[in-house]
Amino acid sequence: MASKIVPKKTAMREQPAKERVKNFQEVPYGYSEAEAVQEAKRCIMCKNPTCIAGCPVEIDIPGFIKAIAEGDFRGSIRQLKEKNVLPAVCGRVCPQEGQCEKVCVLAKKFEPVAIGRLERFAADWEAEQGEAPVPKRPPTTGKKAAIIGSGPGGLTAAGDLIRLGHDVTIFEALHKPGGVLVYGIPEFRLPKAIVYREVDYMVRSGVRLVLDFIVGKTATIDQLLKDFDALYIGTGAGLPWFMNIPGENLNGVYSANEYLTRSNLMKAYLFPRYDTPIIKGKNVAVVGGGNVAMDCARTALRLGANEVHIVYRRSKTEMPARIEEIHHAEQEGIIFDWLTLPIRYMGDEFNWVKEMECIRMELGEPDASGRRRPVPIKDSNFISPTDVVVCAIGQSPNPLISQTTSDLKVSKWGNIEIDKATMKTSKRACWAGGDVVRGGATVILAMGDARIAARSMDEYFKTGVW
Amino acid sequence: MYRILKKKQIVPNIHLLVIESEVVPRNTRPGEFVVVRVDETGERIPLNVVDWNEKSVSVVFMEVGTSTRKLAALKAGDELATLAGPLGRPTVIPENKSILTVAGCYGIGAIYPVIREFQARHNRVTTIIEGRTEMLLYWPNKLHKYSERLIEITRDGTRGVKGHINDFLPGYLEKNPTDLIYCQGCTYLTYLVSQLTRPLAVKTIVGLNPIMIDATGMCGVCRVIVNNETKFACVDGPEFDGHLVNWENLLSRRHTYLEHERRSLSFLECEKYG
Repeated sequence: MASKIVPKKTAMREQPAKERVKNFQEVPYGYSEAEAVQEAKRCIMCKNPTCIAGCPVEIDIPGFIKAIAEGDFRGSIRQLKEKNVLPAVCGRVCPQEGQCEKVCVLAKKFEPVAIGRLERFAADWEAEQGEAPVPKRPPTTGKKAAIIGSGPGGLTAAGDLIRLGHDVTIFEALHKPGGVLVYGIPEFRLPKAIVYREVDYMVRSGVRLVLDFIVGKTATIDQLLKDFDALYIGTGAGLPWFMNIPGENLNGVYSANEYLTRSNLMKAYLFPRYDTPIIKGKNVAVVGGGNVAMDCARTALRLGANEVHIVYRRSKTEMPARIEEIHHAEQEGIIFDWLTLPIRYMGDEFNWVKEMECIRMELGEPDASGRRRPVPIKDSNFISPTDVVVCAIGQSPNPLISQTTSDLKVSKWGNIEIDKATMKTSKRACWAGGDVVRGGATVILAMGDARIAARSMDEYFKTGVW
Repeated sequence: MYRILKKKQIVPNIHLLVIESEVVPRNTRPGEFVVVRVDETGERIPLNVVDWNEKSVSVVFMEVGTSTRKLAALKAGDELATLAGPLGRPTVIPENKSILTVAGCYGIGAIYPVIREFQARHNRVTTIIEGRTEMLLYWPNKLHKYSERLIEITRDGTRGVKGHINDFLPGYLEKNPTDLIYCQGCTYLTYLVSQLTRPLAVKTIVGLNPIMIDATGMCGVCRVIVNNETKFACVDGPEFDGHLVNWENLLSRRHTYLEHERRSLSFLECEKYG
């Protein structure tokens, strides 16, 4: 049996690097039906599959893959959607290499089954068949849930609760639904049409979506609790960090949130057809080593930069970005300045950034995160020219809700404190999950949290016990 | 979509919009603002709320660039793509103090709900409105209703005191003991007033208007340096102690997109309005 296994994943075709740096279209094309079936057949259908436990939302992975292998694509997407309301999104942005694919039995000897690519295939296949039919609504329970934030967590909680017959309303602060999927992740990695399709499905399933509604300001949590039986707070990590070094408020210095929001949500890459502008630097420096930094760097390239540097204080091994994203960035010609730390930005007479001073680092003893601590090398400072800097070093939860809700416990970093088994907060009838609890994490972890919360909310609706 | 109930040019280039909303007014307090987006391709821009009731919020704005030109072209019955708010921190309202309010341009509208609240809390309010010429001053009666004294200043002397705020303010403060100065208007006015009052050590609160996008603390474009610390005007402000603001930084950050704004406006004129 083992001898028949194809050792490598079925390759996915993608836009050549030279072409794609000139546009914002998606990089990988996705599998054809034949490719998907071929890849699905690599799965050995373990009796005791390990992959399911590797998935934060517990998708029946062998189940949906088996359906693909048998050519039953509709059956495949049906199975996926039982556990995952956003398969087209997760198939694209989940770090499968650290989750389901990491624990795939094949991975011990060969490349794991391309679970993420197959998930994407099934979801895209369904989209091509036209509008997906919505399941029949169960009889209503009369219980009302408010979901705050329409990001991946909020959508998951909404999807789970509506299916259980509860009345669900999502409140979104921005003018488009999707949260980080829309303002944060670029079009070339996650086409927005996919997000809107999933949201539309949710709305057709009976979820009420309220845009332009800033919970904490437009209405407080306590005001909402007068109209709703329970709340789920999935407001993400929307407060950008800066390094507090000289020159960070010069013109041309962006937070990653601002840079990506301009380009993704406000479509500044289509300026002047869209009214929101963005500075198209010639020589762009992106500070940080996560997926957000990769997104900013690749966006800068597509906006027409001649040279884009990723400036990261540790080495390549410690980079938190997904390997696939680093590969894509390398292929596209992003220059990586590892072991480099910016210490100040210098401006011209009009306060525009024109240079940055950095210091070289070396790796010392491991720190609290288990990664080797970067230590500055004395007198290794150097100055390089730059006209746009994007600071992508992380973010913490937005404080608008915690500031206006006195009995909601938060950590000193502003993260909402929860009980991990239920995602209950310190405030009665309020649950929270995703980045507002974890700080900057991933789409799928937010979805996993939301699933746990939805289960607990359902129980609360039934029993009334907090 | 959010329906425009009323649209009026109050004085040349300055417009009033009354926008239908039952949700936004519910929590609105003096000094807060809303974000609007005219249409699908529009920017998100912050505008001071100048009045509200159960069914609507009103804003006053000056027509300068693409977004405000598009806004100014709307009429009653048209719809906005986005209305979100209230945003920002409300004005801190003292009690039983002697307050001087200074406003120009769209700031004349912005001070209206604030002085109303000042008076409600037993403060003694004097209001100065200033402009280049008579036809740029508006709402004198509305403002006078909540001020013990209303002073009008025009540079050409066509109404009230002739001159400029910097000719008038030091002399006024010498004769009239003042606990607090509250100033709304263009960055130049708020800057100027802060410079004039700093040596006199009269506490001066200014409403700032940096560029914003989400206006909920997410993007950080509105950062201003106050007392050598970076603050986000959208969630920490937009009102700050004018003596602690780094004005040079604020002014230059406001000009980040000047060239884009010009390009955008010529694009609008050519492509959209022929």
